[in-house]
Amino acid sequence: MSLDAPQGHIGFTLNGAEITVPAEPTVRLSELLREVAGARDVKVGCNAGDCGACTVLVDGDPVCACMMAAGQVQGRTVDTQAGLVADDPLAERLAQSFQRHQAAQCGICTPGMMVSAVALLRSGEALTEESVSDALGGVLCRCTGYRKIIAAVLDASDTAPLAEGGVGAPIARLDGWPKVSGTERFGDDVAPGDALVVKAIRSPYHRASFSFGDLERFTEENGLTLVLTAADVPGENRFGVIPGFEDQPLFAETETRFKGEAVAAVVGSAEALAGMEPFPVSWQELPSVLTPEGAAGAALLHEGREANVMCRGYVARGDAAGALAGAAHVVSGDFSTGFIEHGYIEPEAASARRVGDRLEIRCCTQAPYMNRDGIASIMGMSAADVRILPTAVGGGFGSKLDLTAQPFVALAAWKLNRPVRIAYTRIESISTSTKRHPSQVHMEIGADAEGRIVAARFDGVFNTGAYASWGPTVANRVPIHASGPYKTPNYEARSAGIHTNTAPAGAFRGFGVPQSAVAQEQLYDIMAEKLGIDRLEFRRRNCLENGDPTVTGQVFERGMGIDACFDALTPHWTRALAEAAAFNDTSAVKKRGVGVAAGWYGCGNTSMSNPSTIRAGITPTGELRLHQGAVDIGQGSNTVITQIFAQALGVAVADITLVGPDTDITPDAGKTSASRQTYISGNAARLCGEALRAQILRLGNVSEEAVIRLGDGAIELTDAGNTVRVDLSHEGEYALEAVESYDPPTSPLDKNGQGDPYAVFGTAAQMCELEVDTALGTVKLLRIVAAHDVGKAINPLLVEGQIEGGVAQGIGLALMEEFLPGRTENLHDYLIPTIGDVPPIESLIVESGDMHGPYGAKGLGEHCLIPTAPAVLNAIAHATGARIHHLPATPDKVRAAILAVGTGA
Amino acid sequence: MSLHRPETLDDALSLMGGGAAVALGGGTDLYPALRDGVPPSEMVDLTRVAGLRGITRDGSGWRIGAATSWTQVARAELPPLFDGLGAAAREVGSVQIQNAGTVAGNLCNASPAADGVPALLALDASVELATGTGTRVLPLAQFITGPRATELAPGEIVTAVLIPDVAGSGAFLKLGARRYLVISIAMVSAVVAVEAGRIASARIAVGACSPVARRLEGLESLLAGCGAGAAEPVILGYDYPELSPIDDVRARAGYRREAVATLVARAVALAVEKEASHVA
Repeated sequence: MSLDAPQGHIGFTLNGAEITVPAEPTVRLSELLREVAGARDVKVGCNAGDCGACTVLVDGDPVCACMMAAGQVQGRTVDTQAGLVADDPLAERLAQSFQRHQAAQCGICTPGMMVSAVALLRSGEALTEESVSDALGGVLCRCTGYRKIIAAVLDASDTAPLAEGGVGAPIARLDGWPKVSGTERFGDDVAPGDALVVKAIRSPYHRASFSFGDLERFTEENGLTLVLTAADVPGENRFGVIPGFEDQPLFAETETRFKGEAVAAVVGSAEALAGMEPFPVSWQELPSVLTPEGAAGAALLHEGREANVMCRGYVARGDAAGALAGAAHVVSGDFSTGFIEHGYIEPEAASARRVGDRLEIRCCTQAPYMNRDGIASIMGMSAADVRILPTAVGGGFGSKLDLTAQPFVALAAWKLNRPVRIAYTRIESISTSTKRHPSQVHMEIGADAEGRIVAARFDGVFNTGAYASWGPTVANRVPIHASGPYKTPNYEARSAGIHTNTAPAGAFRGFGVPQSAVAQEQLYDIMAEKLGIDRLEFRRRNCLENGDPTVTGQVFERGMGIDACFDALTPHWTRALAEAAAFNDTSAVKKRGVGVAAGWYGCGNTSMSNPSTIRAGITPTGELRLHQGAVDIGQGSNTVITQIFAQALGVAVADITLVGPDTDITPDAGKTSASRQTYISGNAARLCGEALRAQILRLGNVSEEAVIRLGDGAIELTDAGNTVRVDLSHEGEYALEAVESYDPPTSPLDKNGQGDPYAVFGTAAQMCELEVDTALGTVKLLRIVAAHDVGKAINPLLVEGQIEGGVAQGIGLALMEEFLPGRTENLHDYLIPTIGDVPPIESLIVESGDMHGPYGAKGLGEHCLIPTAPAVLNAIAHATGARIHHLPATPDKVRAAILAVGTGA
Repeated sequence: MSLHRPETLDDALSLMGGGAAVALGGGTDLYPALRDGVPPSEMVDLTRVAGLRGITRDGSGWRIGAATSWTQVARAELPPLFDGLGAAAREVGSVQIQNAGTVAGNLCNASPAADGVPALLALDASVELATGTGTRVLPLAQFITGPRATELAPGEIVTAVLIPDVAGSGAFLKLGARRYLVISIAMVSAVVAVEAGRIASARIAVGACSPVARRLEGLESLLAGCGAGAAEPVILGYDYPELSPIDDVRARAGYRREAVATLVARAVALAVEKEASHVA
């Protein structure tokens, strides 16, 4: 180097401060910034320039810090998100705008987005949607659907912050400021600097047997601290999420069942790991099966699961076969979807330390208590001796429910009594984390001459991969939902989860329901066309209303709001159809289409107890603390649960201090999954707030109408003009405390799947307008209108955020995403939508008022993406006549379908 | 571990001359190719070498310094001949990658889907190479010999890309499965000169449809002399023997073959349109 800094050092200006730090000049700038300079607001999502999370300004220009040599910043200026927001008023205004618009959900992409946006704002270029998209096109976001990010950049002004409020108020995220100012800390951001590093040794084959060389000698010769294999696991070398299905080993014992499965782990300093020789393991590749075809005759992956069937699901009502035989019209079809990767921008990460005879694990997780129990089982410890300290979570969508990185650090820290860390690489994350189940569906639907649905029959085969994970949930949930939110008097649905030698398929936003909707909602379009009935009208005619039985015989007297969702879409539908027709009259090669689809989703576990507990207390000094254990992975539970609690207690949101989901001090609010937190934890928060309020009112002997004001060491209660002061006791952590639980009322299903599987269903209908270049098969989305019955919007701004993010994932499912084991293991071969792929989204919030939900609210997370893919596919078919049965609808598949129907240019 | 940052070409050549050091430009291909592994132990950063950055015009044509970033290419004020190259520059990865990635880096990485190569082929670009003992110039089509393979000799450095100054307007079209940050399914660049309503010359190159991006010489000669408005049937009827597309995760070979004809027709039409507006 041309050295202005001493040998072995790099001197540069970081966020306005001149620093000289010891570093190898060839390491990545991102590593220098995070590990040496302490700038952990620089996020590493891929190490390949595919995600942009590590974007920093070098001499004012945005670059990916993961692709620049550290030595290249010698003598130059580097600015990161935290420095920009602290020092540049323009960046501070941008941060405020991100807060007002909820442009950060999980916040992991926010540094990259904001740094890129600051460069644009400084450039003086005219701000338009296009210029913003061009400037931010190099940063991926998996949560927001990008629309609120675009809006926030366009509105980086001095507008006042959003007002606060309780239930129904669109307040800014309570945990938002750290995310937009660069101080949020995710899984790998809290790793101690002196921690040893763990790296897993993984199978390069879909299936293989293996044997190790001399591990002791290898450890010694390579300066490693420890090598771990199955022999080192003190407890059960297996984990899982469904009782009876704990089938996944931490380390494979004799044979690996999928490419990327761990057989060992090495522990040492980062330098030792970087210089390590190839790990001494020899592999014998074995025949493998990657799809359900052939799985029946393949070697059993798990003893006792005959023909590699993990489990099956079944729901039957009436006489489907008889009704189909007698139906005036029957449509049928085969549809398939592939593996879908969650694609959160934060790879799995964890660190652990041993504290006496206990273990403390910091990790990004959706399910701290399940993680705690799983670790305890692997470690052969009592659950009480394991403490999970969740960090901020940089996206989850289902995959961060399962144990991934945590057991490695737990085991290593326990054995070494030293802090240990691990962060998955992007390739490791994609190749080993759970996926959305690939589906192969055959479905038949029958209608009478008047266009009423009389029957449906559904047969879905789901590739559940090498291990069960949440496969049983998918198998159970799909038959309950495959009818869609429609009156279907005669119904028979079967599902099967089949083991193959792939990464395990598990939980992903919707648990199989988005896949079944792809089949059912496309067949509804085909049926409507056959009947000559408008497609929206056909759905409206057949949809469930209050009082109608579902396919499990459950009847909702309140809160079945899908009819209102369709009604809300109607004016948009009419306009869009007319606009598309007018466009198509004058365009030969480009053709526009409009599609509609609906979806429904039961909130919480299927016919199983899944309680949440919420705790709150008032300290002797009058501080009100809410122990909020419903992990916020970006969806907004920190904000929504607090709004509900504040409303129930009768205080302002600003009066509340949040205590996070640390398993030592915050009770179990269940997993962040199945759209259950607003409904279930929200109810627990409501009950907790009400209980605490009742205690306080009793102490002051005042009426229900009293107004609570928290003071220093006392509570003031004002009731009918009189103020009473209640002094707080000075003993214990809390002078007053309440702990309340809520468990949804459900009933078990009988052998035909009849019963009340969920207390609450949310419903949605979405409409897509798009344009197809018929010569190339490319699809340009123009607009999505999304009508969602959320029961009651606790926070309409966050509801919109969920809808927009879910729609973006639905777009990916429809148009571009497919994980192919061993082939699309990075974010340039596995494509998720970019800022230029998500069109304007208009959210229509329907509030039917749920019978059970807190203040009438329902869950929302999964519902948002269920209708999107079929709405897109239906719009492609409307535009071109070409129907896509096998996703994703990439340009080549769309073009092939157009050629097949002969409508192309 | 060392990173040399020479400021003169002589120093750079002498550092590279040992044969052990790896040339570093913007790092946008070098670091991702490590797949999370350890960087080379000795690298020579060529981005600070005097004279290797920027676009200049001399008597015989244009000279693009090897370490010129794609952002510099995108922002340069250049004649319509370069419209295709400018459009390609804006499609290289993302703004972040355009700010760091260099023109020569894109060529030396020799990806079949390199965004910069078709546009430079259509411009009849040559590559100027230097060693401690002298310089040589190779046509770009000869420089890249296969996927990830070039004529670059050990110790040799690309110093510039040379482009003859001729008449014509350029266009570039990229086909991918999403809007930004996308590896091409196929891409086409065309440079067309129109005289008196006829195509005087057409130079067309296609990327991501053969091991190395290819010029379509056969089609070019068919189009020479063709009426500017009559090119489309010629293009759609052409059988593209220069190409050998494959099936991969992005698309099937048959689709690529068909899509290329559509893209060529559109790129040529775009270039013809620019010629008309330029002349007018």
